[in-house]
Amino acid sequence: MKIPYYPGCTLKSAAKHFEKSAIESAKKIGVEFVELPRWNCCGVVASLADDDLMHHLAPIRNMVRVLEMNRDGLVEDEKRLLMLCSMCYNTLSRSNKRVSENSEDLDAINDFMYKEEIDYDGSVETVHFLEIIKEIGFDKVKKAVKKSLKNLKVAPYYGCMLLRPKEVGIDDPETPTIFENLISSLTAEPIKWNNSRRCCGSFLTVDNADVVIELGSDILEDAKNSGADIIITSCPLCAFNLDNRQKNIKEKYPDFKEIPVVYFTQLMALAFGLSEEVMGFDGNFIDPRKLLKSKKLIK
Amino acid sequence: MPKKLYLDKQSVDFYEKVKEISGETITLCDQCGTCSGGCPVIEQMDISPAQLMRMVMLGDKEVMDTKTMWLCATCNTCTVRCPRELDVSKVAEALRQIRLRQSIDQVKIDEIPKDILRELPQIAVVGAFRRLTS
Repeated sequence: MKIPYYPGCTLKSAAKHFEKSAIESAKKIGVEFVELPRWNCCGVVASLADDDLMHHLAPIRNMVRVLEMNRDGLVEDEKRLLMLCSMCYNTLSRSNKRVSENSEDLDAINDFMYKEEIDYDGSVETVHFLEIIKEIGFDKVKKAVKKSLKNLKVAPYYGCMLLRPKEVGIDDPETPTIFENLISSLTAEPIKWNNSRRCCGSFLTVDNADVVIELGSDILEDAKNSGADIIITSCPLCAFNLDNRQKNIKEKYPDFKEIPVVYFTQLMALAFGLSEEVMGFDGNFIDPRKLLKSKKLIK
Repeated sequence: MPKKLYLDKQSVDFYEKVKEISGETITLCDQCGTCSGGCPVIEQMDISPAQLMRMVMLGDKEVMDTKTMWLCATCNTCTVRCPRELDVSKVAEALRQIRLRQSIDQVKIDEIPKDILRELPQIAVVGAFRRLTS
């Protein structure tokens, strides 16, 4: 399956290891990401003001690129746009939903994009990679596993943007199972814990780091107390707040014990027996290799 | 006997403004407190999300001087739980917009130390600037 892929800014810089592990793992289950030509920033957060249409322009311009890819034969009749980053997924999905359901908004956006060769018609569907994995089937994921992750206890961390609001959520907002199913199909053990859907503080990390440190501390302690060895996420902002900010948590609470936080695709790459370079564990702030070595999962 | 509440014009205008920007019919709020109960940032707030809704409902402009709207990370926990299907995060956004549209920034870009800016991922910086600057 060849599918248009929107990376977003952070996957080309701070989260390169997310992108690389995703692209290579996807190939193992028969999915080829085709990067959107000339993609532009989604704006990170969805515009929430009813009277603010302008901030939907950037997200929607990417939808035009999907139509162009179909026209130019880069993909074959595939109008789904795949995202890895939870924030991009949420923002692009909310904008797409607004203009697809409101012809006046769609017309206004198209008027602003008069230099584009194609008008947007609302026909693109935004999807997260996890949804595509679910569609392909967890049994197929299991068949691609080369290395058993038995004895690895994984805390699935959904955060906010994959699940909320309901209109764009990829799973039930209160009782999601998609990560748990993925972890099981990778032969690891998903743990049950209370904070899997709790907010990490998001962009407050810029002007209110202390709020993020407190939330992060609560979330990470819960994961450890529930028996987790490692946490998985699909959001580069959650990754920063829960991984890099452990440095700040440790400064505030000296007794704090670190726990690795990795992208779910890094766990896929590990289970699929891909190379160290593809797994990209050198990109994580708290190095997961010590743990994985002790579990004899890497050399 | 049901009691009627009369608001002065200034209060009505303020309520209408918030309603227009947020698109939410805030008077539907029953004040059940579900939003406050699930809010991950409530400990740091000076008024709860339910109180914020109540103040807006009454057209109380003093809500503009509280910290709560600036601490809402739009995690949408309240949004998915509200029994009246109100979106408190959109109401908080409307209050932020009223301030930001007067070109009063909550975050001053110049005041963020360069080493901190370099450490933060783009996703954090762009997100914060979109929500907290004009």
